[in-house]
Amino acid sequence: MADILLIGLNHTTAPVELRECIAFTPEDTTAALSLLKQHAAIDEVVIYSTCNRVEVLMVTGNISQAADTAKNMIAAIHQIPVEQFETFLYQWENDEAVRHVLRVTASLDSMIVGEPQILGQIKSAYKTATQEKASALILNRLLHRAFFVAKKIRSETGIGDRAVSISYAAVELSKKIFDALEKRKVLMIGAGEMAELAVEHLIRQNIGALYVANRTFERGVSLAERFKGQAIRFEEIPGLLEQVDIIIGSTGSPELVIHRDHVKTAMRARRNQPLFFIDIAVPRDIDPAVNRLTNVYVYDIDDLQNIINENLEDRKKEALKGERIVDEAVIRFREWQDNLNVTPTIVSLRRKIKAIVENEIDRTLPRLEHVPPLEQKAKQKMIDAIVNKIMHDPTRLLKQEGRHINKPAYLDLTRRLFKLDD
Amino acid sequence: MNHFILLIAVFYVLSAIAYILYLIHQKSYWNRSGFYLLIVGCLFHTVHIAYGTFMAGHLPVHGLRETLSMAAWTMAGLFILFQTRYPLKILGAFVSPLVAATLLIAVQLPMHTMEPPVSFNSIWLYFHIVTVFLGDAAFALACGLGIFYLVQEQAIKSKSHGFFYRRLPSLEFIDTTGYACIVVGFALLTLGLVTGFAYAKSVWGRFWGWDPKEIWSGIAWVLYAALLHGRISLGWRGKKAAIMAIIGFAVLLFTFFGVNFFLKGHHGEFTRW
Repeated sequence: MADILLIGLNHTTAPVELRECIAFTPEDTTAALSLLKQHAAIDEVVIYSTCNRVEVLMVTGNISQAADTAKNMIAAIHQIPVEQFETFLYQWENDEAVRHVLRVTASLDSMIVGEPQILGQIKSAYKTATQEKASALILNRLLHRAFFVAKKIRSETGIGDRAVSISYAAVELSKKIFDALEKRKVLMIGAGEMAELAVEHLIRQNIGALYVANRTFERGVSLAERFKGQAIRFEEIPGLLEQVDIIIGSTGSPELVIHRDHVKTAMRARRNQPLFFIDIAVPRDIDPAVNRLTNVYVYDIDDLQNIINENLEDRKKEALKGERIVDEAVIRFREWQDNLNVTPTIVSLRRKIKAIVENEIDRTLPRLEHVPPLEQKAKQKMIDAIVNKIMHDPTRLLKQEGRHINKPAYLDLTRRLFKLDD
Repeated sequence: MNHFILLIAVFYVLSAIAYILYLIHQKSYWNRSGFYLLIVGCLFHTVHIAYGTFMAGHLPVHGLRETLSMAAWTMAGLFILFQTRYPLKILGAFVSPLVAATLLIAVQLPMHTMEPPVSFNSIWLYFHIVTVFLGDAAFALACGLGIFYLVQEQAIKSKSHGFFYRRLPSLEFIDTTGYACIVVGFALLTLGLVTGFAYAKSVWGRFWGWDPKEIWSGIAWVLYAALLHGRISLGWRGKKAAIMAIIGFAVLLFTFFGVNFFLKGHHGEFTRW
């Protein structure tokens, strides 16, 4: 009986330098797949490589041989001696390997629990493996289960619900102040990676207009061009507060850029329409006293960081529910694998056919006239004969021994043809 | 009919429970159950009130028992209409328990058999009662939204995002829907006062009689008028509007109960028990 084997390393077991060194490019993966599937000990193989993990998932008749082959393959492709990475590897077998794959795909094993990219990464790794014909019955089934479980966990738990990046947390907050961000006007003061990321998120929400203010006007113009916004001069900021709704502060300025009085005047002009300041700058750009004005909200980088920390805690709590779903899926997968043996399949096929025959005879016979009630014994004999005749050829085929037949595939097909798994 | 009103109360209580479970667990089937239970309760309640009207020959608003029942009915009905326009599900967790509690109090009170004055059967009076009750119901919704606004604004302002922060919608949405409720409530209250004046004129020969209820209704009307004026011309929105919606409803409650209990007047009959 084939075993499922997984070896790999991730962000908890290996330092980033090593992960970088062992990461597979798409070409590496294709080469590695064709190398491994030729090996007699390895029946099926899927390889996935992300920035936080490299894992080789195999179906094998010989665990130790397969593990060695995979390690040698890694060493050969990346030209690094096995000893240099061997200690960082983990190795999981059968149920534990299944559990690991399910957890990884569902993002329970990610550095940031619940991050959504991993599912897509594993899907594309699986696609590569199917194109190379490296994945077959068991891994096909396992990965399809993994995708299903990942989606289920995402929809039934809050694992991916809350923002875990500064820029996204800012967008979520905006949505709790303004009903829809459509047509809202945004002002970005200064520049910086985080501010630009937040602006990108906001643009995706169809904001109405974007203004960019920068100390050096030229820089502002080039930024505005990039985001299809409008560059304004620094001196125009107080006047613009009357029009815009969301302000992102991200300058390197040592003193405050927006003072309480600016905002107070603007609020009168804008008839108390709410105003939301996102202050990502350190030192801060926006006077904290602004937050005390009615209908004005100011969040600085620490506030946003606190929100993210709380959200991460929440995700971890939700992940516990995800673990339970994984546990169930592991058991179901084990049942499916066990059923791929010959005897249980023949037994359930026989049971199904017998039930059909008995049912139909019991339904039809009493309705026929001129037929004496069939003796119970004779009836049973006839049923058994029919079932045996039908079962004869399939049983012989399934029990046939020989390396050239792909027995798991036959068994799987039989189970599916007759819907034996319901 | 006493058993029938108990049945209605059971539906309202179940709806309230479902809505509270929705508030806690955020599962949409709780929201749906709460909503449909409320609809069934409200339909039965409509039958009950129609029957009462048919038997008495006028709207059943005699004594506190019947007026409270009427108030619960209009609140439930208005909320159901409101839901079709503004899908603010979480408001059910405020309205449904309020409806259930109002009807439960009503059920506790003794039945009242009062011979209505001859003048009771007037088209003006029908309009007066219906519009005033519907207006009050709209202001009750506005009050609930005002409370929601203050809770949500406090969460965002103080940066402590707890239980309600996640469950409540955006400030702007609460503010807009609250405003809509005030507009509807104000229109109905105005109609209610006008039809009341017309009725007073037809029965007592005068529009205004300095009755305490009249005075307090006038105060409430002025307060809501000020709120609307402030919003339109001075931009009183958000927190200020929310607080005023709550104060306005407190004045209305006093007009409804307080005036009848503590002060005398020609509306006293309707809240006697």
